[in-house]
Amino acid sequence: MSEYTAKDFKKGQPRWCPGCGDHFFLASLQKAMAEIGIAPYDTAVISGIGCSSRLPHYMATYGMNTIHGRAAAIATGCKIANPNLTVWQVSGDGDGLAIGGNHFIHTNRRNIDLNMILLNNRIYGLTKGQYSPTSPRGFVSKSSPYGTVEDPFRPAELCFGARGHFFARAVATDAPGTIEILKAAQAHKGASVCEILQNCIIFNNGTHESVHTPEGRAKNAIYLEHGKPMIFGENKEFGLVQEGFGLKVAKIGENGITEKDILVHDAHCEDNTLQLKLALMEGPDFPIALGVIRDVEAPTYNDAIEEQIKDVKSKKTYHNFQELLMTNDTWEVK
Amino acid sequence: MTKNANVEDLDHVVVRFSGDSGDGMQLAGNIFSTISATVGNDICTFPDYPADIRAPQGSLTGVSGFQVHIGAGKVFTPGDKCDVLVAMNPAALKTQYKFCKPTGAIIIDTDCFNEVDLKKAEFQTLNAIEEMGIKNDVIAAPITQMVKDCLADSGMDNKAILKCRNMFALGLVCWLFNRDLTVAANMLKEKFVKKPGLAESNIKVIQAGYDYGHNTHSSVSHTYTIETKEKKGKGIFMDINGNKATAYGMIAAAEKAGLKLYLGSYPITPATDVLHELAKHKSLGVTTVQCEDEIAGCASAVGASFAGALGCTSTSGPGICLKSEAMNLAVILELPLVVLDVQRGGPATGLPTKSEQTDLLQCLFGRNGESPMPVIAAISPTDCFDAAYSACKMALEHMTPVVLMTDAFIANGSAAWKLPNLEEYPAINPPYVTSEMKGNWAPYQRNPETGVRYWATPGTEGFCHILGGLEKDNKTGAISTNPENHDLMTHLRQDKIDKIPVPDVEVLGDKDDAELLIVGFGGTFGHLHASMDEMRAAGKKVALAHFKFVNPLPKNTASVLKKYKKVVVAEQNLGQFAGWLRMKVDNFAPYQFNEVKGQPFAVSDLVKAFTEIYNK
Ligand code: SF4
Repeated sequence: MSEYTAKDFKKGQPRWCPGCGDHFFLASLQKAMAEIGIAPYDTAVISGIGCSSRLPHYMATYGMNTIHGRAAAIATGCKIANPNLTVWQVSGDGDGLAIGGNHFIHTNRRNIDLNMILLNNRIYGLTKGQYSPTSPRGFVSKSSPYGTVEDPFRPAELCFGARGHFFARAVATDAPGTIEILKAAQAHKGASVCEILQNCIIFNNGTHESVHTPEGRAKNAIYLEHGKPMIFGENKEFGLVQEGFGLKVAKIGENGITEKDILVHDAHCEDNTLQLKLALMEGPDFPIALGVIRDVEAPTYNDAIEEQIKDVKSKKTYHNFQELLMTNDTWEVK
Repeated sequence: MTKNANVEDLDHVVVRFSGDSGDGMQLAGNIFSTISATVGNDICTFPDYPADIRAPQGSLTGVSGFQVHIGAGKVFTPGDKCDVLVAMNPAALKTQYKFCKPTGAIIIDTDCFNEVDLKKAEFQTLNAIEEMGIKNDVIAAPITQMVKDCLADSGMDNKAILKCRNMFALGLVCWLFNRDLTVAANMLKEKFVKKPGLAESNIKVIQAGYDYGHNTHSSVSHTYTIETKEKKGKGIFMDINGNKATAYGMIAAAEKAGLKLYLGSYPITPATDVLHELAKHKSLGVTTVQCEDEIAGCASAVGASFAGALGCTSTSGPGICLKSEAMNLAVILELPLVVLDVQRGGPATGLPTKSEQTDLLQCLFGRNGESPMPVIAAISPTDCFDAAYSACKMALEHMTPVVLMTDAFIANGSAAWKLPNLEEYPAINPPYVTSEMKGNWAPYQRNPETGVRYWATPGTEGFCHILGGLEKDNKTGAISTNPENHDLMTHLRQDKIDKIPVPDVEVLGDKDDAELLIVGFGGTFGHLHASMDEMRAAGKKVALAHFKFVNPLPKNTASVLKKYKKVVVAEQNLGQFAGWLRMKVDNFAPYQFNEVKGQPFAVSDLVKAFTEIYNK
């Protein structure tokens, strides 16, 4: 049992718009941290800039609300300098994938042991409503009055393309679903990306409409669980099956399909082909995948660096500055 | 050692080794300078790399040079022009002859002056010496052939044999200057400890070069000695360049402070060697991360400092452009951070391998908002150690980012360095929170005297807090847009920097009655000092005030600058330091000497310009 409650992680009064998805996420994060049970003083929450990046101000942990786009890089230095800390990096879609896109992919590639939260509302909220790198093609916003003429990033694709080993998704309004993936992210050693589908009630209301409510999720989402058949639908009447190179939704009981024919989710599978397909599913033909989509063990950068230091220490004969000096070609003047 | 009949004693001598990039000129030069240093001569070296990484062999753009200045007394620069020029091929002769004194001797490898090589170096005739109108003594030796003969039985292939040509030239130079070869032999044994055969071959070739000079007396009238007149003081010495000294300074400071050293960096000429050096020293717990970009290099160092390490980042001017955002973050967070700028020619990509002092205003001011930041400019290759140590100490004790400026010249140049004793260096005491503060502490509470806030690092119970890039309340650190508070915070951040104590600037030379005060900062110290010496030797009253601490300026700055009739500020930019001084010292109107050639100053040019001012 954890000795902490959510209250131990709470601080101040959040200033987000009433009804903003960030409120829901914050509460879930605090609950998840309490359940995880790591002390607030051993926890650092590091964000960039944007609505969601205000989050560390409402945490009773150590925290930094830094500069636009650099949260992952700053969190990287923080974790490497003190690997005993549990580091959460919080960014929005603009912060994490536009200005901070380079850091996002490289943090995944290096596999730094960070919990990387991506609050995706598909809009720039703080600057009052411009399209973001996750806004769909044709999206009309203040900076795209005639609709965007570019395709969005799909966060999972970026994460996988950067050789990410953990990707999970939850809807901000779904507390149990969010808490579950946050705990899984913490349990995973390495960079753990959690995409949170978050609603910006002011500038992009309804962007995740189909899965916003429990009823919506029952209809339009699938909760993935490792080792469990991928079944969904209001009455658990649908399942995912493989067809050729792709996935297909099949109705159980029709065309001879039984529960046995339904694919079993394997989050630990090294090969990410099917996991990517799951992550990219969208309506109306497919349900949106929620839960832990990929969770594969791999060596972390921070562990590897510690090991290398230990190893080199045992092999080299100099261990302080004075000894280092004497490794050079020297001469004595008497 | 047998002494030549005609031996002339010299005060100092400059030798320039030049050849194709692959000819090993740097190694030859290094060995020569170390041999000289071991007999107590002072040394100063400077490599001159070609701009192209792999220019075609024998081409004019592929020439690399290595200049060594050795002196019986103190030497301050690698020397304007050389007394001996080693030119391993026609391209070297063509491009490097301009660095040779009219009285200088030239050593060439005649085997490389054939039609093909001459053509590559764009000579029109088959006689390069005549074509260039060279009147100097020329030692024309068939170096390649002699090296081949010497190593005929070594079992080495032709390519490996040709790589030893540099050692023949070195042997010849050693003969010319009556240098003992034992040190060279030891150095080579050390360098090729895993390939003793190679060491043997190299040693054999040096000896052959030496003997060749001795037996033929070549075509020079005499050989030389440089007797040590002024001992550098007792102690153990090594040859060190500025980049290595900088890395060592960071290591020493981290050890003294008992902190982990974290370097976030991104490869960039001419700063990369600092990353290379630090990356080697994992056995000292040094952590280096080669980041995805300059931005992450600096940002991750800020993160490392937040976590309680000594966060450093290394770069050159173009990298500072990218880092300024995270440097500014460290200003408002008030976290320690050391930013190394090894200056090169700009703007933009500019002259990546060349040296100038054009980043000063960028380092002082190149950020949005009021963003005060200490700036320390190392004055010589060996001073890079002390400057780096001071920068780390200042950053840690005053909770601020500090810019450490060096430049390509001192970063790559080297000199003899007396090994420091870390115990004699001042302690480094970061303003950590104490357990008594628990419960009534706030992140932006300050030490009333220094204006420095206290440092609580994650992992410490009872001090959870948030820092941020938004303006914050002057005590609690909570976000604040209050106008009075912002004004106060702006002042507090500035005052904190202004209060940092730095040593007075020292006046050298005729400090009481100089007619002309020379003023400079950073890497030009050697050249300015040498020009002062030359003018004083000519009977003029001259002094030098050279600044290492640029922001804050030493307390005695105004009184020093106002004391002398004439002042000239000499710098390798269009007057940035002069402008900074004018901003800080009322009614200061100096003469200026500005040159932006990407090359070190030439002492002769300085003396000429200063003498004109002197005589005005
Ligand atoms: S603008 Fe949108 S994202 Fe920002 S706080 Fe308001 S609702 Fe939330």
